[in-house]
Amino acid sequence: MNPLFLIIVPLVGAVLAAAWPDNRTRPWFLPVFGLLHVVLAFWLFFNPPVVAPDAWFGFDPLARAVLPVVSLLFLVCAVYGVSYLRIRSERPNRVFVALLLSILGLLSGGHQARHLGLLWITTEAVTLATVPLLHFNGTPRAFEATWKYLLVGGTGIALSLLGSFCLGYSSLHGGGEGDLTFAALTAQGVGLSRPWVLTAWVLLLVGYGTKMGLAPMHTWKPDAYGEAPSIVGAILAGGVTTVAFTAILRVRAVVGSAGEGHIADRTLLLIGLFSMLVAALFLLGSRDFKRILAYSSVEHMGILSIGAALGVAGVAAALFHVWSNTLTKGALFLSAGNMRRAAGSPSMDDVRGMSVLTPRSAAIFVTGMFAITALPPFGPFFSELQVVRAALASGKGVATAVFLGCLLLAFFGLTRVVFAIVDGRPSPTTRTNAQPFLETAGVVAPPLVLLGMSLCLGLFAPEILREAWSAAVAQLFPTP
Amino acid sequence: MSGGALNLLIGLAMGLNLLALGSSRVPSLIRAVSIQGVLLGMMPLLLEDKNLDWRVVLVALATVVGKGVVIPSLLRRAMRAANIEREIQPFLGYVPSLLLGAGGTIAAVALARALPLLPEHAGSLLVPGAIASVLTGFILMIARVKAISQVCGYLVLENGIYLFGLLLFDSTPLLVESGILLDVTVGVFIIGIIVDRIQRAFDSLDTRKLTTLRE
Repeated sequence: MNPLFLIIVPLVGAVLAAAWPDNRTRPWFLPVFGLLHVVLAFWLFFNPPVVAPDAWFGFDPLARAVLPVVSLLFLVCAVYGVSYLRIRSERPNRVFVALLLSILGLLSGGHQARHLGLLWITTEAVTLATVPLLHFNGTPRAFEATWKYLLVGGTGIALSLLGSFCLGYSSLHGGGEGDLTFAALTAQGVGLSRPWVLTAWVLLLVGYGTKMGLAPMHTWKPDAYGEAPSIVGAILAGGVTTVAFTAILRVRAVVGSAGEGHIADRTLLLIGLFSMLVAALFLLGSRDFKRILAYSSVEHMGILSIGAALGVAGVAAALFHVWSNTLTKGALFLSAGNMRRAAGSPSMDDVRGMSVLTPRSAAIFVTGMFAITALPPFGPFFSELQVVRAALASGKGVATAVFLGCLLLAFFGLTRVVFAIVDGRPSPTTRTNAQPFLETAGVVAPPLVLLGMSLCLGLFAPEILREAWSAAVAQLFPTP
Repeated sequence: MSGGALNLLIGLAMGLNLLALGSSRVPSLIRAVSIQGVLLGMMPLLLEDKNLDWRVVLVALATVVGKGVVIPSLLRRAMRAANIEREIQPFLGYVPSLLLGAGGTIAAVALARALPLLPEHAGSLLVPGAIASVLTGFILMIARVKAISQVCGYLVLENGIYLFGLLLFDSTPLLVESGILLDVTVGVFIIGIIVDRIQRAFDSLDTRKLTTLRE
């Protein structure tokens, strides 16, 4: 089967959804095409196709190691989206549904892109497609968040194009033919011009790091995640950041083949630790329970970056962490969305007693918070443990200490906000702000399912998943 | 011969960078950016002494139309819609930003000498021009507070990237053309401003007032 279907099917869905006349039934396009995508993605996952080395798109081991989880997350969010858009039936959802589906198609393209230029084009298109979604609520706050997202994200995307040009020039200067597939760049290896490779690495790390939300390029994240509908937040945090991370991994492999892997690893480690530190400090100060999810995302992007810096074992751990973080973060976003809607405010100053107002969502939110702060036996505990082991095995004692310290600080910050809003009795302000909100199965089951998958991942990560991760690592670190 | 003409155009574009940094009125800023766009669009035609194929002409045409006509007219429309007062109250004054820009241009020339270049690019101003424009774009985006001025800064940044892309124009298909997508980003920016004015969510387009969301 052709892996291009992963890209085409959602895009066809987007076109159909845009043409569909009825606002009430249109949201059903999301789960239908989400399900198709999951079936396709897992079919390819179990029957990985052979990818021609010079192919521009392909379901290669790296795509196989991460794309299925993005697809799963999208399906669950899509089911949630049907209930969410029913609640928001006062707003037209044509653009919302069509763009969400095209984002799924573009993300599939980005994960499968084996060409530097195509990778950039898909990432850029995802960035642009997200803009109207952030603005869905139409409030001045949402506009402010969208503006910052565009300005910071646009600059990031521009710098990653400049980085792509530099990498292209390094190949040209080294006598290459201008073939910009990752396979050709890696094959050229030490033939790449060194100063240009390093320039390209810095620009691409900053550019795709902005998309990923690594500090100090994370400034758009709290605003965007805080103001966007939670389903958009979940897909941004689980899908868009993932595509940027795989982009960095692919570029890192080229830089490694050029013999500059140690420099790349050092920068990844530093920027990862810095992101964790910044996130932990902001978590201690933030009072908004949707914004803390953004800082938690910055923290986990830092963990991914640290994993990517630690060689074979570290990258395998990072890929594991992509799965556990994506699923757990999705559960947190969706349950937070329920509570935000019921409470009428996102700030811990106004909101109290959510365990009375929305008992189910509050329970999922608290459990998810413990899961994301690495409570065993949820997925994040095991993936973070693997990162720590990889760090200790490569003799990075100080980095490990900082890593653990930041995790602890983040735990304090998260629990501070979460228990402030969940515990106690609903205050008079909460009661006056509160809107009638029914915890139907449609809004409770999706986050619960995501949380359940995170638990399963911790308890028994299937053998085939581990095999997929090691195949991806083998692709990134080819043994000569 | 065409190398000299190309360098002349790049030199003019670098001069326009300084003009953009020094202009206190939004219309003259927009004019500087649009002239720069037209200059950039003419450059692919001068790249090589060879037969013009449809690809070169298409890129040149798209650039001139996009950067030189469509985006500036959208910007002017946004300016009218926002009824923006034409004086800019910058975050960083004009003389300091001009000095920074001039220093950046000198640094760009020095930096370009430090980087290894293919012999056919050694005498070209493409690399220094690219670095200088990227720096100018950053200065404009940081130093100005009006949304429209920041968009102009983004355009200059993007023009710098385009200049760099011309180095790869002959060897790599697709990559340079993909830069056109950046123009689409700019379009989204401006449409955002216009739409927002129609919704009247803000009274002024002063990005200093975008401060509700913070810790």
